[in-house]
Amino acid sequence: MGNILSSRTGIVVVGALIGIGAAVLQYLGNPANMGICVACMERDIAGALGLHRADVVQYLRPEIMGFVLGAFIAALIAREYKPRGGSAPLIRFFLGMFAMIGALVFLGCPWRALLRLAGGDGNAIIGLLGLIAGIFIGIQFLKRGYSLGRSYSQKPASGWVMPALMAGLFLLLVFQVSFSPGGPIFFSQKGPGSQHAPIWISLAAGLMIGGLAQRSRFCTMGAFRDVMLIRDFHLVSGVAALVIFAFAMNLILGQFNPGFAGQPISHTDHLWNFLGMTLSGLAFVLAGGCPGRQLFLSGEGDMDAGIFVLGMIIGAAVAHNFVLASSPKGVTDFAPAAVILGFVFCAAVGLTQRDRG
Amino acid sequence: MTTKRIDARGLSCPQPVVLVDRAVKEGNTDLEITVDNEVSRENVLRMAARRGLKTDVRQEGRDTIIRATRA
Repeated sequence: MGNILSSRTGIVVVGALIGIGAAVLQYLGNPANMGICVACMERDIAGALGLHRADVVQYLRPEIMGFVLGAFIAALIAREYKPRGGSAPLIRFFLGMFAMIGALVFLGCPWRALLRLAGGDGNAIIGLLGLIAGIFIGIQFLKRGYSLGRSYSQKPASGWVMPALMAGLFLLLVFQVSFSPGGPIFFSQKGPGSQHAPIWISLAAGLMIGGLAQRSRFCTMGAFRDVMLIRDFHLVSGVAALVIFAFAMNLILGQFNPGFAGQPISHTDHLWNFLGMTLSGLAFVLAGGCPGRQLFLSGEGDMDAGIFVLGMIIGAAVAHNFVLASSPKGVTDFAPAAVILGFVFCAAVGLTQRDRG
Repeated sequence: MTTKRIDARGLSCPQPVVLVDRAVKEGNTDLEITVDNEVSRENVLRMAARRGLKTDVRQEGRDTIIRATRA
């Protein structure tokens, strides 16, 4: 049983398809330089559910649901559906929260950082440098024996929770369920939350990417980590393909606008563009995957990844309720404190969760 | 040279590969790595190939045992 998608060619093809897909999703209605953004989209879902009330970012993004369900289906077909869990879930929950907070200070997860780069947003360069710095710090912990410990096999039905949750969210979207006058479920009437590709196209794209990414083990954090940790260029070749093909597609679709100032859903506060992504990158290393990878793993039955995803969603609610999330005007007054707290938490996790020998 | 046994069951990326890398750096040339999922299997085999180790794979129930040796 070979897995051609986990070969070098396979992951490059997957990266290319993701890059093209993201550019097309943007063309069909998703926000600018945000064809796919796991952090922003989970934040939009948090908003739609009323977990925060920032009315410009509330929408049940089908891409996220597709990622989990597509990975779930692909795993079932390939017999890789393997419910497992029990590896320090509470720590993973908070790692997810801080990963999201860091991402919302920068205004993007690694996927969006790459797509912003492919769209010409120079601020993404700073963010990606910050991401690499955060991953570099995480690697130092890995080299000194950091581990959240092994996970254990769970009952087959356990792995159905995340897919079922995602299917449920999709139904809430499709039927535009309203629990109360005005919401929830909230649907932004203006701002990025009101900008979305047609529902079924978003879902289809999410399913396709979820399946391909599950099979190819696509991971935007692992890509940089493996280069620095073990000089392995396998994952990063997929990431490079994503950027190159998204860039090419953006040129074709007239979506490439180079510059630093006035970039869509972006700010020029370079210090916090850098540090926000440093925090995210560090949290992703400590949790073993970028936010996309955590979604794909949760579809496979990985309950620890599922908890991380829920931590990210709650983290988005915290970020908007406590005024931590940035806007195009820049970072908020509370953001630096939150990012520093995140570093303290991650350092404590990195230092205390160790197997010696 | 005794066989260095690495139990990577239940561990997810990058732990299995970190353990293999460390064992190789410590001078081990005969490793036996037990993994229980496909991703770990792929990652360990790729790492072993890049470190110039010959690999031999066998299944034991749900576990995959990878023997990696430097010729």
